[in-house]
Amino acid sequence: MNNSAPLVEMRNICKHFGGLQALTNANLDLYPGEVVGVLGHNGAGKSTLMKILAGAHTANSGEIMIGGKHAVINTPNDARAYGIETIYQELALCGNLDAPANLFMGREKQKWGFLQKRAMRRETEEALSRLNIRIKSLDTEVEMMSGGQRQSISISRAVHFDAKIIIMDEPTAALGMEESKKVVDLIKDMKSHGIGILWISHDIHEVYNFTDRIAIFHGGENVITAPTKEFTQDEIVSMIISGRPVNHEASA
Amino acid sequence: MNAYAKFRTYPLTWIVAVAVALGVVLSFASPYFFTAGNINNLMKQVSIVAVLAAGQGVVILTGGIDLSVGSVLALSAVTIGWLIKAGVDPVLATCCGLLMGTLCGFVNGFIVTRGKIPPFIVTLGMLGIARGMALVITGGVSYQILEPFFLVIGNSKFLGLPIPIYFVIVTYAVIHVTMHFTVFGRHIYAIGGDERVAGLEGINVNLEKLKVYTLSGFLAALAAVVMVGRLAATPPSVAEGVELQAIAAVIIGGISFTGGRGVVLTALVGALIMAMITNGLNILGISSFWQQVLIGIVIIAAVWIDNLKSAKR
Repeated sequence: MNNSAPLVEMRNICKHFGGLQALTNANLDLYPGEVVGVLGHNGAGKSTLMKILAGAHTANSGEIMIGGKHAVINTPNDARAYGIETIYQELALCGNLDAPANLFMGREKQKWGFLQKRAMRRETEEALSRLNIRIKSLDTEVEMMSGGQRQSISISRAVHFDAKIIIMDEPTAALGMEESKKVVDLIKDMKSHGIGILWISHDIHEVYNFTDRIAIFHGGENVITAPTKEFTQDEIVSMIISGRPVNHEASA
Repeated sequence: MNAYAKFRTYPLTWIVAVAVALGVVLSFASPYFFTAGNINNLMKQVSIVAVLAAGQGVVILTGGIDLSVGSVLALSAVTIGWLIKAGVDPVLATCCGLLMGTLCGFVNGFIVTRGKIPPFIVTLGMLGIARGMALVITGGVSYQILEPFFLVIGNSKFLGLPIPIYFVIVTYAVIHVTMHFTVFGRHIYAIGGDERVAGLEGINVNLEKLKVYTLSGFLAALAAVVMVGRLAATPPSVAEGVELQAIAAVIIGGISFTGGRGVVLTALVGALIMAMITNGLNILGISSFWQQVLIGIVIIAAVWIDNLKSAKR
């Protein structure tokens, strides 16, 4: 896997909100076709790091390289231009709008400023059916839909725009069993197409089964970045809690 | 969703039904209500609030509010009057008046977005500033405007309809198309739905809000042009409190005060309903004191009914 160039390299990222140091020299890399589990407590800095990559926050210092080249990401649209799509945990959807409006939010199909509603509707239908998602009516406000349906719209939004890098913030948290399985299948499919996925999750079991590597954060710093299978699930949990890498020599 | 359900849930359907019902009731109550003269009069009365309510509706759809429209109207009117008195061509003076209102709206939007100050406070400040400036410019006196350009706007008819009505029609036509068929309109609904999400999804929230407040200022100035035509004068105290009527029209129309839901056209119907109440009670010889009570009740009832409807969904 490491024979190809990394899709993303984040080097020495620092971010503070007023006096609060959210990230200190955080590092992360991601290779094509790889799923990296980003782990840590709430407030460990993992969501902040993801938001920096997605353009929702800007770092105070540090460097981001996309495909080996220095990248400047100041806005969500900058990130999208680099092929970075984000599926937010809090489901970044507007409840008062329908599925096509949400799918194309911020990048509406247009001609001279006028919406091309029919084209967007058709593409939404295609995007949803590609993921085997059934939605009663495309005219329904998203607020009227179940958590799973909304998550599906979020995911199809990310997939539809030919992403190279997808950030998933607890993609299965709001989902039932069947829907979760669909998401996992989808992730496998994306992997095979060479898409890199950053997966934030608290579900250790899920992470253990479906990620290639893990990056653990604690107090805004990297604890460790390593292939998932070098550790047991218990060791991963203990690293998340203690913030110290497990010493294999001692246990061996 | 089938066509009937779509029709039933479309925001305009109910409010138009209410307006028609009110019209029918008033027609039965008084033989003078449904006469060409009275309807013309009614439409002229409604034109200024209606134009303001269009801008207000757009602002409220973003989740904001513009309390300054009455004062901005006055400042624009006074600008026109002052320039005409100074010997400027009336058309050029009108353009300057429109520019003045647009500038006030731009300043509102600039401060709301850059200063991160709630729109209620910013536009409350502008309410004082614009009214004060109107008084400062004129020294408190009203200019008489007898230019034919304004007399035509105020008193003439075209195809049987008073000219101010055309201001209303064009305003609402343009706003309706903008809100429902353009990217800008879509962004306004997104911002009103969830501003944070709109930002995350790459909408330039500050720029779109700046445009919205600027638009509201421009429409206040447009209403000023109609006002100058109708009054043939520019008293600096004109249109005091009219912003509350515009807000009331928007609320009665059923546009959500928290933003994101509603159709701007309903504000026009809301303005018409208010005008019909005032006009109807006048014809029936009921004290104008009661009109205020009734309109107050209608405002609260409109929102209450709306809540009941959305609870059912």
